[in-house]
Amino acid sequence: MLPLLSSHTESDSPPVSLPARFHGQRVTLVHGGGGKAMRDLIEHVFIQTFQHPLAAAMEDQARLSLPELGNLGSQLAMTTDTFVVHPLFFPGGNIGELAVNGTVNDLAMCGARPLYLSCAVVIEEGLAIETLFSLAQSMKAAADYAGIGIVTGDTKVVERGAADKLFINTTGIGVIPNGIAISGHRAQPGDVVITNGYLGDHGVAILLARNELALKATIESDTQPLHGLVEAMLTCCKDIHCLRDATRGGLATVLNELAQASHVSIQVNESALPIRESVRGACEILGLDPLYLANEGVLAAIVPPEEAANLLQVMRNHPAGRQSAIIGQVKEAQAGRVTLATIFGGVRILDMLVGEQLPRIC
Amino acid sequence: MKFLDEFRDPGKAKALITEIQGLVKNIPRAQERPIWIMEVCGGHTHTIFRYGLNHLLPKEIEFIHGPGCPVCVLPRGRVDDCIALAEQPGVIMTTFGDAMRVTGSKKNLLQAKAEGADVRMVYSPLDALVIARRHPEKEVVFFGLGFETTMPSTAMTVLQAKQERLRNFSLFSNHITIIPTIKAILDSPDMQLDGFLGPGHVSMVIGVSPYDFIARHYRKPITIAGFEPLDMLQAIWMVLKQLAEGRCQVENQYQRIVSDDGNAQALNAIQQVFEIREFFEWRGLGSIDHSGVQIREAFAAYDAERKFSLPNITIADPTSCQCGEVLKGAIKPNQCKVFGTTCTPETPLGALMVSTEGACAAYYQYGWIEKNEIQPVTR
Repeated sequence: MLPLLSSHTESDSPPVSLPARFHGQRVTLVHGGGGKAMRDLIEHVFIQTFQHPLAAAMEDQARLSLPELGNLGSQLAMTTDTFVVHPLFFPGGNIGELAVNGTVNDLAMCGARPLYLSCAVVIEEGLAIETLFSLAQSMKAAADYAGIGIVTGDTKVVERGAADKLFINTTGIGVIPNGIAISGHRAQPGDVVITNGYLGDHGVAILLARNELALKATIESDTQPLHGLVEAMLTCCKDIHCLRDATRGGLATVLNELAQASHVSIQVNESALPIRESVRGACEILGLDPLYLANEGVLAAIVPPEEAANLLQVMRNHPAGRQSAIIGQVKEAQAGRVTLATIFGGVRILDMLVGEQLPRIC
Repeated sequence: MKFLDEFRDPGKAKALITEIQGLVKNIPRAQERPIWIMEVCGGHTHTIFRYGLNHLLPKEIEFIHGPGCPVCVLPRGRVDDCIALAEQPGVIMTTFGDAMRVTGSKKNLLQAKAEGADVRMVYSPLDALVIARRHPEKEVVFFGLGFETTMPSTAMTVLQAKQERLRNFSLFSNHITIIPTIKAILDSPDMQLDGFLGPGHVSMVIGVSPYDFIARHYRKPITIAGFEPLDMLQAIWMVLKQLAEGRCQVENQYQRIVSDDGNAQALNAIQQVFEIREFFEWRGLGSIDHSGVQIREAFAAYDAERKFSLPNITIADPTSCQCGEVLKGAIKPNQCKVFGTTCTPETPLGALMVSTEGACAAYYQYGWIEKNEIQPVTR
């Protein structure tokens, strides 16, 4: 936990309820107009939910103490991400939870301790205020779980059709502890590739939640914060070479990025990949490749070979790493290329995804 | 995964490959030049590369990737017509995901969508009817394409639309039929194929007997094959066995799906709705007589080509593309002048680079690791 900075994000604070006057109401352009209605909405939906003194001050900016940050390390990490997922709620999560975890994970991938988050929303007029409130609560719960404070934000309302219900942008700030040098450029021949969980769950959960496929399966999004896992990994091995979360474009895309940045090749072992039966089944039917499907709680780590066994043990002991597996190896030849050793004993190229994965027709 | 993993068993694959290696030794031709086997269907091309079968089989066997990717062989003029249709006010264009990326002379459906056309991806043509019912004020067009695999579901959709008297649904038919296409390949003068793997899903609809002429008239062995790696290895073994024994027959490896007579209900729906076009233009192959189907007069009200006026301009293939030569097996995809340079999956110039089932896209995506580059897997 973060004794200095996050004592105010305690989750035992009293639950907030939405005032009755908002029940059954929808967001209108008036709520984005800058006047009384907007302030009312922001205060009761966001500020009171987030319960952070820096946000409650309702200044135009959150003011962060430099000496406190400096105690944690000498490098600040900053990242931003915008979330536009449809539908807003899906098995295993919702856009609010995603908006917190996604940015927390981007910070965690350099070993940073995530500290502060902003929350900017673009709301399509007509969104039920209760929906907005429930998503804000999910954000708060996710932020508490991750030990991060939501300290500043912005609210815009646009006309119907100008956005799809709700877009959320979160920017995160964290501090990188001294002595850690995780980078996409550091993969070396001989290194080992490890992942922490099932691949493709989020991508398939979203596809199925759209209800366009007449397929039924209980697959939940894997959305989860990964900084706790990363912290445990760094305790075991300070010299982790590369870390990336395998979000859009999936594991295949991330490995290609790392292979290119480090000028090495990576060979993935198909039989070692953790993929659920149900996800494999859905992919078979739809003509999709789980290696290109989005994840929201999966990372790829590239580590020195002598550390791999210990690290794997530590990861498997962590709640976010139960399915951890060594899935591949870094090689010298053919820099920038990722190959897959198939279950069958053949080898094929695992290229970057071109465009979006489109289902095959037959 | 039950019913799938059984057909992907590496141990059984190894045994089959050993058998195949033995058989190849008994085929005299294999001592002089490679044995050229055409997999007609794009699904087979996909399996070959996805599982690396080309690396596992003896070097005496070479695959010639056939024309069986319906998305790939669609000519640019037809795509232009489809886009022109999609851009008409009040039209909702519906189609399969794959078809969204195939480019016409200027753009593809994804780009037309970005420019404001209402283009929607569906997983079944029946979904287009759902959209038509929901939007009586709009004209819903289904961009239908594919061989006999997808033809029945399109035909059923038209039958259903007629039964419901839906007035705002029509079909832009780009369906093609497999037999004249195989015949055109067999008739081409530079054809040197030794045998065929027949398309499994097409055969599920049309049955086995339509292929008789290949064995009888052209004296080539053909085995109808399933799409799992063991299916394909077994089918290859069956073709080689015929070659070794000097037989030319139509054999059916995919018996769990394909019956001798095909699917009567599907054939009946096709028969009711469609008739053969005199000729149809193919990307990379030019015009092939009797290879396309159009909607019969009785269903004219559901024919987008009759309902709307279309530019209907034939657009020549880019001259730098060698899709035709690849399709006929005269060259390998990576021997094409523009392969991997100006023609890539991001910017497909030729038809075969468009869909993941296209020979060039599969080659680009999975394939072109040379055999000597393969290193044993270490864990």
